This record gives sequence, structure tokens and C-alpha cells, in this order.
Amino acid sequence: MKPEESATTGADLLVKALIDEEVEVVFGYPGGAVLPIYDSLFKQNRLRHILVRHEQAAVHAAEGYARSTGKVGVVLVTSGPGATNAVTGLTDALMDSIPIVCLTGQVATHLIGNDAFQEADTTGITRPCTKHNYLVKAVADLSGVVHEAFYVARSGRPGPVVIDLPKDVLMNKHDYVAPPKNPVEHKSYRPQTKPDPKRIEQAIEMIAHAKRPVFYAGGGVINSGPKASKLLAQFVHMTGYPITNTLMGLGSFPASDKQFLGMLGMHGTYEANLVMHGCDVMINIGARFDDRITGNLTKFSPDSKKIHVDIDPSSINKNVRVDLPVVGDATLVLEAMIKAWKAKDPKVDHKALKAWWAQIDSWRGRNCLAYTPDKATIKPQYALERLYHHIKDRDHYITTEVGQHQMWAAQFLKFEQPNRWMTSGGLGTMGYGFPAAVGVQIAHPDALVIDVAGEASILMNIQELSTVAQYRLPVKIFILNNQYMGMVRQWQELLHGGRYAESYMESLPDFVKLAEAFGARGLRCHEPDKLDDTIKEMIALKHPVIVDVVVDQKENCFPMIPSGAAHNEMLLGPDDKAGKMSDEGMALV
Amino acid sequence: MTTDKTIVSHTISVLVANEPGILARVVGLFSGRGYNIESLTVAETDAKQNQSRITIVTKGTPSIIEQIKAQLDRLVPVYKVRDLTVEGPHIERELALVKVKGVGEKRVEALRLADVFRAKVIDAKTDSFVFEVTGTSDKVQTFVGLMEALGLVDVGRTGIVAMTRGGEAL
Repeated sequence: MKPEESATTGADLLVKALIDEEVEVVFGYPGGAVLPIYDSLFKQNRLRHILVRHEQAAVHAAEGYARSTGKVGVVLVTSGPGATNAVTGLTDALMDSIPIVCLTGQVATHLIGNDAFQEADTTGITRPCTKHNYLVKAVADLSGVVHEAFYVARSGRPGPVVIDLPKDVLMNKHDYVAPPKNPVEHKSYRPQTKPDPKRIEQAIEMIAHAKRPVFYAGGGVINSGPKASKLLAQFVHMTGYPITNTLMGLGSFPASDKQFLGMLGMHGTYEANLVMHGCDVMINIGARFDDRITGNLTKFSPDSKKIHVDIDPSSINKNVRVDLPVVGDATLVLEAMIKAWKAKDPKVDHKALKAWWAQIDSWRGRNCLAYTPDKATIKPQYALERLYHHIKDRDHYITTEVGQHQMWAAQFLKFEQPNRWMTSGGLGTMGYGFPAAVGVQIAHPDALVIDVAGEASILMNIQELSTVAQYRLPVKIFILNNQYMGMVRQWQELLHGGRYAESYMESLPDFVKLAEAFGARGLRCHEPDKLDDTIKEMIALKHPVIVDVVVDQKENCFPMIPSGAAHNEMLLGPDDKAGKMSDEGMALV
Repeated sequence: MTTDKTIVSHTISVLVANEPGILARVVGLFSGRGYNIESLTVAETDAKQNQSRITIVTKGTPSIIEQIKAQLDRLVPVYKVRDLTVEGPHIERELALVKVKGVGEKRVEALRLADVFRAKVIDAKTDSFVFEVTGTSDKVQTFVGLMEALGLVDVGRTGIVAMTRGGEAL
């Protein structure tokens, strides 16, 4: 690596490095410590800066951008409160393995540790909520650190990386160092992407001999790139086996395919959860046996041999002991499996498989997502069914907030492709969906981008209405308004004797007027028979729109596996009562 | 997760890039995930390569020990994680400085025991000694225990450093 140009300031070096890393958009908010960077941004027109209204939203917007494009999302915030406000977003990105590079300003190096104005120990605070972080102490290191940060963020199991930039480093001068021509050979960080061929052979053997198999695919397939989803569909079709997706994995396999069982887990379908419980071979690709998925670990899928494909060795045997770990990137693993399957051309047990599918069809017959329609009030499920009906033939992207509406969206909206579904899975961050939709819309200006929201979550980052107004982003906010923090209310009803402590949303704004105050359009719908027209109007409007759908206050999200219960102890509807929960179960989130 | 709930102690060697914050990353990982640290030593071992070696003695069920190693290996500045307890024969040593204050028979007995434990006197006054003792943690602990009755006033221990037997590098 040799100096290529005459000395430039750290801030200019940074901008140049970002351009060389093929960054097009930066989501940020200025402040004292990053003024030199904003000055550099001002003097160029290659990088577009999107001004958010809160740093948390900057990270979520970058996440939405990253998840809908497969690129690294970039965030720029100032020191102190700028950095601390970004922490929720960074943690969200860490939990969901989203590639983010977050540039934080820092006070000048000679002031670090002196409790200077807007100083925070950013690398200290963000150490546990990033994949890695850097404090750049000398301008000579700056370009190299930026290139390394992008490599770390996007390679292996992706994640957020923070680069903390003291103001004097941004103002000092040095020569630029271009990204290394060959892929980075990092001195200590070497993620394993290629699977061990022996493990692939063993996996094929186990898969071929299964009598009651299931594929269980998660966000790792989506993070691996669109090719992984294609290969997954190919392999699942070759075997003829059923497949379920995690919340994070929705879209990695076409929802309309007859081999698809729907989502599994706490609010997953009856058939998906019972298949997981009764299977004899489980093929986990890019999922991590999260507690929302497994329910009671001691009763989780008791009779199955488990294959676990994951790029992160620390995910293996973390929650569930598996029989065959395969460490590697989902694309490479699936390629190898398909190749090995073709070479071996195994005879699957068609008779057993036929019986398995017959069993599955009987479970499907329970029609677990059924709800009781109502003529007078809009059921939230109905609202999402109608929404899906009107968007399914359009190019669309869905984001969500967190709660009941999120689970209903996962159940009732169907995802045929990867990168179309952006939701906060691991961290469960209320306020995620709206800024994420901003990021998605920036990446796909002409697409229909809808944030399915609850009236409580949307208020957590409502200030971004100002951002969508500024950039004329036609984001649609589809609020299922039940005037409660619905999921909190549901748990209070089922588990806390109906004592609805603090879950009623008092003093809600008039969402129609709120939209208008920011130059957006507001629509409200109370009646089921007017819902179709409202949705059509929302889609037709070329503006940002808030749709306030007033829904049934008491509707609960089913199926539900209560905390501490097993997959075969699901509640299917309001008539199923949660049994007396163990203290252990009550202690679970 | 597994049925094996036996708590076992493992000695883990971690080769890391000697950069600011690396110790905080390792220690933060242990505290953040609720793992135990029984002993921790760290120092630069290769100035040219800018590498440090961290030796950690930790306790947990076999599956927790597996997790600890996988989590350590996931840190970007970590080169290598080796579980010496699993890898077979290895040597563990610890060094302690032990200050004993006393006169007369107790002082003589302290000196006699120091000789038995091959501890060196590295500071002496008419009424005190500072001993330097090295060996396994057991030996160091035993020596410190014996000194308690003989006027022990201060102890400093390094924690364990460890290495595999034979010619192989880490």
C-alpha cells in the first residue's frame, strides 16, 4: 500500500474511502465533532447524505437500506449524544446480523478522557453492541481502518462496526491509501465460509434417510445473498421436503410454494411447529435456535437428528445440541449439498414422506390462522389480508415495528423473494419500522414501501415524518390502531389476570392531522367495508401517507406458544386457555 | 443445554493483537455473557508481531466452555484460541510475592518453610521478609496458607501462565 495522492485532511480521506467502498448514501445527523466531515460532504456530489431527525433512526434507516439491497449501510453521527443515541440501532443490527458502518465523531485526541463537551467513551459503550469497533488515533491509520471496517461489517456473519473519529484526526493531513486490490487478508479475522466436504457428505446421508424431515431456514440465508435463496428453493424442491422459515428468514423461500409451512415459533403456524416437534431430521440453514423458535428447550423437537448450517461457529450448540454442525456460508453450503445430492442421487423414502405429508395436511386442516370476522369492527388480520390483496402484484417492500401487528404481518403477508421484509427480530425494537422504511425507500425510490405499524410503536420514531417530508419519500405507514400496546395487553390478559398496567395508549394524537402537519397525507378507516377503498387510495397517493386503521381492541395474536411451553402445547385461539404457568415460564420474556 | 451439568475448570490460551481495548473486549465478553474468570494473565509476548498472550482459567459446564472458546474466537483481534486442558499435557505456573512480618521463632520457621518451597527472599528487614514463590497454583496456595500462622501481611499473585508440553508452538 503506497501513498497515492498528495496529503489531504482526514475528513476528505474518509469521504474518498467511502466512495471507494462503493457507498452511495449516508444516513446521519451533524454536530460539532463531525463538522469537518460535513464540510467534506458539502464539497462533493458522489455521496448522498440523508438527514434524519434522530440518530437511532439513522441506524435503522441504514439497516433498511442494507437489508433491502445487500449493501453495507452507512451512518454518520456526532460525538457524545450522537453516538449514544445510535446504540439501540447498533444493538439491533448486531442481533439481526446487518452490515453497518457507523462513523461517530469524537472529541480531539488530547481531550479524550477529560470529560470534554459532548464526550462519551464511544468505543467502550459500543464494544458489546458491535461486531467490532475502532478508535482512530492518527490520521495515517484512517483510510486503512475504513477499508478494514467495511470488510469486517460485510464478511462472515455480518454486523455493525463503529469507527470513532476524533476531530483533530479529521483535520490532520495525510496521503490516501486505496482499498487493497485483493480481498483483505486480515491478520487475525478469518471467517470460515467454505464448508468441510466430509460434513456435506454426512449431511446428505442424513437428509436422504429421513422419514419425517423438515428444513428450517433463517436470516442467514438472506444475509448470504439472493443466490442462497434460489439454491435453497432448488434443494428443497429436489428433496420434496417441507420447509419453515423463521421471522428473519421470511422470503428466503416462496411463501406461495406448497412445500412451505409458514413461519414457526411463538406465533408460528400450527403445522410448522408440529412438524418441528415431530420431525426425525431437522435441517437448520442459517437460523440460530432462538428462544422465540424453540420454546421450552427440554421439550424441543425431542426425536430429531439435527443438522445446523451456520457461518458463526458460536451459534453451534449454543442453545440446542446438534448432531451435525456445518460451518460455512449458506450459498456455498447449499451449492455443495446440491452437487453432492445430484452426484449421489439418493432414493428418498417416498412412502414415509407420503405419510409425513398426509400428517402435515391434517395439521394444515386446522387452519390455525383463522379468525372470527366482524361486520362492524376491523379485525387486524382482515386489514392485513386486504393489504396483501392490493399489494401482491406490485413491487413492494414491508417493514414493521414490534408487537402484535408485526406477528400478524409475518403471518398474513406472503413473501416470495428475499430482501423484501425488514423487521426487528432479535432485539425487538419498537420504532424500527418507520426509519427502516425510509432507508428502503431511499434505496428503491419507485417501489411501494409500507411500514406496518402499531399506534404505540410508531410514536417511538414519529419525528422521521420530517425526514420523509424533506426528501419527498412516499413511504406508507399502515397503523393497526387498537389503542393498546397490543402484545403487552395480550400477555397481561393471558398471564397477569387482565390487569392492564400502563398498556392503554392514552392521549393518542389524531394521526390524520399529524400527517398533515408534516405535509403528508392522512387517512382513517373504521369500517371493514371501507377498508379496500382506503388501501387503494393509500397506494395511489404519491405522497407519504399515514393510514390509521382503527381495529378491534381486544384481538389477540394466535397461535401462541406460551413462555416455557413446547411446540405441541400451542394455544390456537381465544378458547384455548393458557394453563397455570410455571414460575419458570413466568420468568421468561 | 446438554445433560452434562458438571462444572469443569479449563485453562485457555488466547493469542491476540496487542491493541488498545483488547483486554476490555475479552473481559467484557466474560462479564456480558455471565462466564467466570478464575484467573487471568496478559502481557505482550511478541513485540515484532505485536501480539499478546492471554491465559484464562475459567469454570463452567462443558457446553459453556465450548461457547466461551467460540465466542473468544469470534473477536476480530483474536488470532488463536487453544484449550490447554483439552489438548493434553501442559504446564501451569504462577508466581506470588508473599510478605511476612515477625521476629524470633516465627521468623526462623518462615525462612525454613521458604527453603522447603524453594521460595526466594527478595526483600529482608530485621522484622520482615518478602518471598518470591513460583509453582503450580496449589503449591503457591499451600505456601501462602502456611505463612498465615507466621505473620502473613500481604500477598500478590500473578495468576496462571500455561504452555503445552513438547516442541509445538501455540
